[in-house]
Amino acid sequence: MAHHKLSAWQYTILGLVAVCAPLADACLSRGMTKLPAISLDHLATLIAAVFTPWIALGIALLICFFASYLTALSWADLTYVLPATAFGNVIVALLSRLWLQETISLERWAGIVLITLGVGFVAQGPPLTERPAHEILIIEERAIAATALAEWPEPAAPIDREPPR
Amino acid sequence: MTITFPAQHPGFWAATAMIAAVVLSSTAGEVLTAAAMKSIGDLDMIRARSGLKGAIRAVLTCPLFFAGVSFLAAAFFALLFALNHMNLSLVAPASASLTLVTNAIAGKIFLKENVDRRRWTAAVLVCIGVYLLAH
Repeated sequence: MAHHKLSAWQYTILGLVAVCAPLADACLSRGMTKLPAISLDHLATLIAAVFTPWIALGIALLICFFASYLTALSWADLTYVLPATAFGNVIVALLSRLWLQETISLERWAGIVLITLGVGFVAQGPPLTERPAHEILIIEERAIAATALAEWPEPAAPIDREPPR
Repeated sequence: MTITFPAQHPGFWAATAMIAAVVLSSTAGEVLTAAAMKSIGDLDMIRARSGLKGAIRAVLTCPLFFAGVSFLAAAFFALLFALNHMNLSLVAPASASLTLVTNAIAGKIFLKENVDRRRWTAAVLVCIGVYLLAH
């Protein structure tokens, strides 16, 4: 496995992954419990639910989460990034204790300790599985091709020319 | 097909089916998305070379990414459906903790990630922790 450390920017991205997901879940839950029960016969109601305020806020947070998540997955393994998403639950529980003065039961403290231990285990290891040299070369070539595609000039507007006489 | 679940009180099998739908579609989506991002390369490097527009274009021109997003969208609507019938305190821990384990298995099989003893231990600890925290 490759042993390279993450930069402060990469830890910030993982932090956004951790915080945005549970906040989005809370917004979606609040929005959906306000709606009447939806049956499989009326699945279109789920589409309409997307435009209610709490669901819309939840979706905005999910977009933030997804952008950070994609960035993290481009330089770290899936099994390295996923515990970071679970650590968000710990952040929310601690915020509810410190900010909202909610009581945290013994079970929840045990949960917080276990998640923190789990994330600590993963964070000590390397973020990315070492690949054979030829696979790394292929990925780098694709990245260069993607860059070249992005820098490709926009097609020029067609020039109006008079037809040859 | 007419299957209507009573609000907040679905039966055992209905609840299991709803949570399984969230877990399986979410796992498929995350594995496909991870495979897409690995095939694209480091997004931070692409963004440094060709800007945000270049990074977005690199992602949007990858077919695997759209396959992953389709499954994640299915997982999202499965989650909305489940939340409409069950409490967050059941749906969130059950789906989140099970997804961690299924993703570790799928990551090892399909993405050939080095899921060593440390990562298995972490997956199990986080799985139990999420269950205790949100139950």
